[in-house]
Amino acid sequence: MIYAQSDERRDFGRFADDASAGMRKDVPLVPAASIAGRALVTVVAIMTFLAALTAGAAMLIAHSADDWRGQVAREMTIQVRPETGRDLDADVTAAVAAARAAPGIADVYAYSKAQSEALLTPWLGTGLDLSELPVPRLIVVKLDPKTSLDVAALRKAVLDKVPNATIDDHRLWLERLAVMAGTVVVIAFVVFALVMLAMVLAVGFATRGAMAGNREIIDVLHLVGAADGYISRQFQRHFFRLGLRGGLIGGGAAILVFLLSSSISALMRATAGGEQIEAMFGSFSLSANGYGVIALIAAAVAVTTGLVSRIIVFRHLRGLT
Amino acid sequence: MVRFENVGLRYGMGNEILKDISFEIEPHSFQFLTGPSGAGKTTLMRLILLSLKPTRGLISLFNRDAAELSKDQITDLRRRVGVVFQDFRLLDHLTTYENVALPLRVQGRDESAYRAEVVELLRWVGLGDHMHVLPPVLSGGEKQRAAIARALIVRPELLLADEPTGNVDPTLARRLLRLFAELHKSGTAVVIATHDLALMDQFETARRLVLGDGRLHIYE
Repeated sequence: MIYAQSDERRDFGRFADDASAGMRKDVPLVPAASIAGRALVTVVAIMTFLAALTAGAAMLIAHSADDWRGQVAREMTIQVRPETGRDLDADVTAAVAAARAAPGIADVYAYSKAQSEALLTPWLGTGLDLSELPVPRLIVVKLDPKTSLDVAALRKAVLDKVPNATIDDHRLWLERLAVMAGTVVVIAFVVFALVMLAMVLAVGFATRGAMAGNREIIDVLHLVGAADGYISRQFQRHFFRLGLRGGLIGGGAAILVFLLSSSISALMRATAGGEQIEAMFGSFSLSANGYGVIALIAAAVAVTTGLVSRIIVFRHLRGLT
Repeated sequence: MVRFENVGLRYGMGNEILKDISFEIEPHSFQFLTGPSGAGKTTLMRLILLSLKPTRGLISLFNRDAAELSKDQITDLRRRVGVVFQDFRLLDHLTTYENVALPLRVQGRDESAYRAEVVELLRWVGLGDHMHVLPPVLSGGEKQRAAIARALIVRPELLLADEPTGNVDPTLARRLLRLFAELHKSGTAVVIATHDLALMDQFETARRLVLGDGRLHIYE
């Protein structure tokens, strides 16, 4: 090189023998202190927390709805009403036989007279003589999940022999559950999308602020030959780190909340109220997949934060003349 | 290398600050760009560097019409030009070494490939002891030399220096000028913007581009 052979080398003579000279590892071209990092990390953490809570709650409800649906769909109920001139016990026996003969039935269990009367105890109290009351008899039909059941054929077979029977396949409940679960998922998706949109907007504002605060640096980078893509990658790298930090904090907090709710729910299971709540809303414990989804949300937040800043910077630089 | 034809520039609806500027910069040439303060020397340098667009006229850089260049092509051409800014424009959060290596770093080159070269250049401009120092603690002259080293590290085909001796004592100014002369001898075209007559007198053979009243007068 020219300066290696030049006489000027002597003129500037103070040569240090610095063998360790070099670039600091990963020193950012956009100084971290010039970006409102702490505020953005806080915003991203809150947004991630809300998004993770929404997704987790939706998964819990969808899981509970699936459980209900599974339990209800695996059973049917035949109700045999007492009718004048008919032998109720004979009707029950005939209905049980008709049900057992149908394909797709795993088990048939008829409630005895005493058991049927016992079902009324919570409403009518104990110590009453219910023998004079026309208490209908219930037959629980458990379905074989491996074989498909022809409900219409079963209904016809039972009604042919026992016209005073009614068959409830819980279709109404199933439809309501499907609608409810679907509504919850849609609401959760909308909330999730809104939270993500708010986060993207926050990252957008922070990126524009960072660009305004680093205009001089961007100008110098341009003039020393940096391409727009290179400069926008510098911003992306920085914002990705901020997003990752916020995502880990928010996602970690959400995981903690679900772990806590799962523990509290387990502690309350022993109580009567706890049992009812668990029957209605499930165990409040997220599956491993659920925790995986929260981790994915945190990762997606970090990637989105970096990408959004990169796109905004790149588009801004391309628009400069 | 650089060609201006009837170039004019105005900011907004104001008067033209540069009018009908026409000149060429040949490869391996040496010229001073001079004129009173506010004459438009820095603006003309920025036009050469394609960081400003002229209001009218034609600019070509390295035989490419500037009006037809994409941003990526402009970036490629800028990598062939070294620039020394009047206000140094060193990045305060980077060390002297990192500032000088910046043009190579933004090209995506691996540091191990240029580390020795940067260290050698820093020693050559007398900043061997200040490689790991941040610019705010450097003196004006040291910042100036760091800025010059940053411009030279890419071995530019064209060097634009805006008042490169404005912040140094006469002795150092002479040394810096000899440095530019050495660079010129190695084949780089040099344009030095200055209003320091004493400095220009040291190179009487150099072409002088004189800006005044928005117009350019050339003295071969």
